[in-house]
Amino acid sequence: MSPQTPFPRDIPLPLPAPEPLLIVLLVIAFLAHLLFVNLMLGGSLLTVFYEWRGLRKPAYDELAHEIAKTVTVNKSLAVVLGVAPLLLINVLYTIYFYTANSLTGLAWIMLIPTITLAFVLTYLHKYSWEAMRHHKRLHLGIGICASGLFLLIPFVFLANATLMLFPDRWFSIQGFLSALSVPSVLPRYFHFLLASLGVSGLALVGYFRREQYDFEAHLPGLNRQEILKQGYTLTLGASCLQFLAGPLVMVTLPSHGFSAAMLGSIGLGILAALPALWLIWKELQSPLPGKRFIQIGGLLSLTVLLMVSGRHLYRETALASHKHQMQIRTASYERQVQTAAAEAKAAEAAEASLPLPELGAKTFQQNCAGCHAAQTKLVGPPMTEMVKIYGSKPADFKAWVQSPGKKRPDYPQMPAFPQLSEKQLEGLAVYVLNSKH
Amino acid sequence: MEFPLFHLDFLNNRILIAVIAILHVLINHPLAVGGIPLVTLLEWQGSRSGDARWDELAQRIMKTFFLITTTVGALTGVGIWFSTSLVNPVAIGSLIRVFFWAWFTEWLVFVTEVALIMVYFLSWKRSLESPEAKKRHIRWGIILSIASWITMVLIVAILSFMMDPGNWMSQHTLVNGFFNPIYAPQLAFRTTLAMLMAGTVVLSLTGWFCRRDEDLRLKAVSLVSRWSLIWLPLCAIASYWYWQRVPGAMRANLATAVATQAFSNWHEAMLLIMITGLGIVLLLLTAGAMTSPGFRVPRYAAVVPALVLAGCLGSFERVREFIRKPYAIGQYMYSNGIRVQEYPLLQRDGLLAHATYTPVREITSENELQAGQTLFTLTCTRCHTVNGVNSIRVQLNRMYGKQPWEKDKIAQFISTLHTSRSYMPPFPGNARERQALAAYLVSLQTGGQLPGAQSVGIGQLAAPPAYDLNDPDATSDPTQERIP
Repeated sequence: MSPQTPFPRDIPLPLPAPEPLLIVLLVIAFLAHLLFVNLMLGGSLLTVFYEWRGLRKPAYDELAHEIAKTVTVNKSLAVVLGVAPLLLINVLYTIYFYTANSLTGLAWIMLIPTITLAFVLTYLHKYSWEAMRHHKRLHLGIGICASGLFLLIPFVFLANATLMLFPDRWFSIQGFLSALSVPSVLPRYFHFLLASLGVSGLALVGYFRREQYDFEAHLPGLNRQEILKQGYTLTLGASCLQFLAGPLVMVTLPSHGFSAAMLGSIGLGILAALPALWLIWKELQSPLPGKRFIQIGGLLSLTVLLMVSGRHLYRETALASHKHQMQIRTASYERQVQTAAAEAKAAEAAEASLPLPELGAKTFQQNCAGCHAAQTKLVGPPMTEMVKIYGSKPADFKAWVQSPGKKRPDYPQMPAFPQLSEKQLEGLAVYVLNSKH
Repeated sequence: MEFPLFHLDFLNNRILIAVIAILHVLINHPLAVGGIPLVTLLEWQGSRSGDARWDELAQRIMKTFFLITTTVGALTGVGIWFSTSLVNPVAIGSLIRVFFWAWFTEWLVFVTEVALIMVYFLSWKRSLESPEAKKRHIRWGIILSIASWITMVLIVAILSFMMDPGNWMSQHTLVNGFFNPIYAPQLAFRTTLAMLMAGTVVLSLTGWFCRRDEDLRLKAVSLVSRWSLIWLPLCAIASYWYWQRVPGAMRANLATAVATQAFSNWHEAMLLIMITGLGIVLLLLTAGAMTSPGFRVPRYAAVVPALVLAGCLGSFERVREFIRKPYAIGQYMYSNGIRVQEYPLLQRDGLLAHATYTPVREITSENELQAGQTLFTLTCTRCHTVNGVNSIRVQLNRMYGKQPWEKDKIAQFISTLHTSRSYMPPFPGNARERQALAAYLVSLQTGGQLPGAQSVGIGQLAAPPAYDLNDPDATSDPTQERIP
């Protein structure tokens, strides 16, 4: 940790459940969210790609339309499944997460209108498919805009996720753009983008290999085997590129988060991916691809689970020491809070036993002096006027303080003081009404 | 104190929450909670009467609701999280610790709701194949209506907790927090209001969706007006019940809450406008219910009730947000994010002595202005700006006028400001800090601005506050659940 590293105090309320349970929930919920984010982004890119190919070979236009219909469903699921990981991150990494949000604040809040706009464009793209059949390039333009926004959004999330890991870099951050320059952000972005493409390629195979899907009726002019191979090719290509992106992420991450468990988890993930890639290769050679889909999907799911776990283990190790320091400081501060609160309570008790005029003077200083002075008008009238009105009627005076009305048109109305005790009111009446100023 | 603070010096941070949350409520209440049951009712009317035009109308309204709720509706829901995490991280962080399981359950219901809304909307075409399919489809509509309402059942607990935590103050449990004193009346109020608003929104839409079929329009206006008229008195009763449960100290804030400090004397006029508006709503709905070919409510007039109610709901949310001041969580945490319990310590030692994000620990005459600015950031910026909405310069101008402001006078005012402004928290620092803050405020008379952490970062920090790190107890976790 650098000397500039802040060690803020945590919120002194207990976690709502044992930490390991929350962590397991986080990993699972995050995985589900990520799956649909990948499908949404990859699906959007595939839609645009096939619609573009459809300009030359119209049969692809219908394929693009079919994929577009899945994107709007996946985007709804991506959002709703994102809420649970958000909640879990909030509760498990309160200090780290909110600090990262704040340091990238404008970009963070701009996510809301940006994602909304991306969704509106995605609906527009899908629902205007028939109506804009004769304005194909404009229609494709809408799709490209939506995809472009989908491509920008992950930068903000990744900047936040990365900042969370490095309290020792917080002092160097001035806004979202400078957060992008934290070394591992860009490699993580490419890692994520390739994952989206890989998942979407596989989803393409899964969607069109189904027996009950009447391929020829839906997509005349296209060949099922060829489309399946295109999906597999995308997954294979993207996964092979991960062998570049993955190490790039590893070398840009600071070393203090590495652990044997984390490396083991990542290593097992790679091991699970290798047979999957080999099976994809076999599928590409086969005249009837699609039979090995379940095995491939299973192996790659295992890879993703291990990778996400590895990512979590890195975060735990990277933050362990900082978290510990934070807990010690939180405990120490809370003890000081308790001691001071006890002292204040004792002082209050002592104050209650003061003689009435002194108690009244003190109460006046603490509650009234902001607006009332002895002889001059501040916000409200001076004490001399109070003596004139209430000099012989202390009960009326106390009633007024507890719940004042509006008497003078040229003065603002006085607020009520229900918090004053009977003793304080008594003292106040003695002090104010006996004042000879 | 413990977070670098996001700050918008012109718009004011709170405007983020205000815009996002009000937009969300304006979509959620009429289009989801109230809208789905009403759409289901229209669909059932079609199936019962054998008139396919009802079904078509229901489907078109559902498509509108679907597109809006799954874009702006869903994202503003997430946006409330995003904006609160920027505006008051301590408060939202504390709420999540208490209400995690309520929110988690809400999320499960929410996932169900999204799945159901897709089933309901996307299977509409198939439901036309047979009467049995239609019956099943209507059943999905009913299930979806219940799921939408359950999300409200859960979230209202949290909203009312922020106003009055009730028994939770003596025992921090989820159940105590959930069933707080304002819960039941607020739920009754929001439920009936959602149903009523759904009626008025659909009433507005009939003018557009039935523009080529006046006969259907008249029938729809009549049905939907009758639906709304059932809910209107229930909503009135629920709002009275709700008002009875609002703590007395909060009611005192009402004038400022309704009309802001500058116009607080007009709040009775505002209330009068609202009551007149509601009278017009009642009149139009009654006219709508009596609609016949000889007695028609014009299309444009049918839009009025929805607009009036949207205005009322918008100002209701502002009032609800405002009247819980000076607290963010009633009696537990002030709106500056500092717990009531921390006050004695901070007022004894000074806030800067314990804050993490401060460049100054010990105030001197050289660093006084810098200390004052930090104090302003840490204790005032959750509500005030220097130059924009709720600008502190404008407030001070109103109080002290154009002549040079006096540091001592302002420092004295700071020490009692919570008594003359009952919606403001007490100042959480010591006498020397009041002087420094006053000095900074005086410097603002001639200009100045305050950037937030999102643009300038956290800057140079003073040496960490004094902690008793060697205490044998120090390693035991205050939350007691972190380390087994």
